[in-house]
Amino acid sequence: MVRSEQKPLEEILGYLEGSKKVFLLGCDGCAQASGTGGWPQLKEMKEKLEQNGKEVTGMMVVDFLCQKALVASHLKPVEDQVMASDAVLVMTCGIGVQASAAMIKKPVIPGCNTVPLGGTRGEWRGSERCLECGDCVLYWTGGICPLTACSKGLLNGACGGASNGKCEVDRNKDCGWERIYQRLKEIGQLERLKKFIPPKAYNKMRPKGEILVSSLWALEQKD
Amino acid sequence: MGLREAFASGKFVVTAEVGPLKGTDTTEIKEVAHLLKGKVDGTNVTDQQSAVMRLGSMVTCYLLKQEGLDPILQVTCRDRNRLAIQSDLLSAYVLGIRNVLAITGDFPSLGDHPDAKAVYDLDSVQLVWTINRMNQGYDIAGNELQGKTDFFIGAVVTPITDTEAAMELQLIKMEKKIEAGARFFQTQAVYDVDAFAKFMKRAEKFGVPVLAGIIPLKSVGMARYMNKNVAGVFVPDHLIEEMQKAEKPAQKGLEIAARLIRDVKDLCQGVHIMAIGWERKVPEILELAGLA
Ligand code: SF4
Ligand code: SF4
Repeated sequence: MVRSEQKPLEEILGYLEGSKKVFLLGCDGCAQASGTGGWPQLKEMKEKLEQNGKEVTGMMVVDFLCQKALVASHLKPVEDQVMASDAVLVMTCGIGVQASAAMIKKPVIPGCNTVPLGGTRGEWRGSERCLECGDCVLYWTGGICPLTACSKGLLNGACGGASNGKCEVDRNKDCGWERIYQRLKEIGQLERLKKFIPPKAYNKMRPKGEILVSSLWALEQKD
Repeated sequence: MGLREAFASGKFVVTAEVGPLKGTDTTEIKEVAHLLKGKVDGTNVTDQQSAVMRLGSMVTCYLLKQEGLDPILQVTCRDRNRLAIQSDLLSAYVLGIRNVLAITGDFPSLGDHPDAKAVYDLDSVQLVWTINRMNQGYDIAGNELQGKTDFFIGAVVTPITDTEAAMELQLIKMEKKIEAGARFFQTQAVYDVDAFAKFMKRAEKFGVPVLAGIIPLKSVGMARYMNKNVAGVFVPDHLIEEMQKAEKPAQKGLEIAARLIRDVKDLCQGVHIMAIGWERKVPEILELAGLA
């Protein structure tokens, strides 16, 4: 799930300056679950915009807005309303906004901020995170990722800023390196901490061009 | 005699820390340099300490050098990527700076520009390794340098921690820093001599000199503040009481600092005095400690 938060109304109204007619777009996936862009939030937003002198030409909730083919098919029946608008306000994560912007020939306005979850998670909700660094070091760290568990992403041990096991950057978070130490101790592998990990090849974190081309989207284009 | 020679001579080494101010006024730095000249073996200059934006460490080191001190350039991993760090090291060397202290660096959110992007392209062990590599004539990528550096490399260690995991992590990292090329250590502030002695028992085997950190207490409030907010600093209750009972707490703070120096004298190879705005008092502390 991608988590989002609604932007302050003033910011949204700022983006809509000069736009009278607005179409509202939401998503029944993550945005609905985040409480930012499901039907109830769209209805609330409609009222607020009308109180501020805007005209809402229509509303649509798509599941899921990140699927561009669905964006196109859901909007087909309301195309006139969309095209009669000055702007489309999208109340979802940044992916939904980008997918909409790619499909709609109208100015698309982000209504939400996507908030960090600390890296990629599995499909099942859990605390483990991966930054997709392209060169996994988990062997050395007992299966706890130092790039996500340590706030500074240190590779060769703790910074010394922890206090009672809590991280210097966020006292509500356990120090990743103290966790790594405990884990390695449990499995009798503390020796691994002595391994020097050289400067990381951060260019491996840049995705290759072909990865950014979704294969599903390529199929959708074919019909 | 510079810092490297002081260590080689086997004397009890004394270093002091200078924190540049925010702005271009360098009057105080020059005054402090004057006071410290001939009294310390090396002078650290902090690198935007506590993630607060200030005048740079390199230029301040250069000014100290001109005043006849042997500066120690503190370099953190917080603000610069590997290109900037290596380039700065070359520049510092050209300016005559010969000692470097490698540090991770406090996270930006703790300082006065909390919105800044944190870098940490290298960590402190990798930074020590990098400096050592440059001393051998190569950059991180393996390219040969036209004119290599010859830095005396230092690193830091926190000798007293609140968890055993943190202590073990400190010792393992200390060992890694030594293997990467660290030749001396400066520690976080020490107030508990017994705890420090325990640490030295475990660190002795590394055979690398350790300078115990000394921060003179200015007030009871400062002691409490550090206990609450500064990781790795633990001021014991009996010292806080001593400060409370003192007629002149500030003077008491200097006396305690001097006493701590005398107490650690047989445990380690020197002291590093971090006066935090009280640099002018360093000569007096040294006198009280019988080191002047
Ligand atoms: S080390 Fe790299 S690949 Fe492995 S979990 Fe962490 S970010 Fe992911
Ligand atoms: S306190 Fe621990 S988790 Fe936080 S930055 Fe330092 S080493 Fe990383």
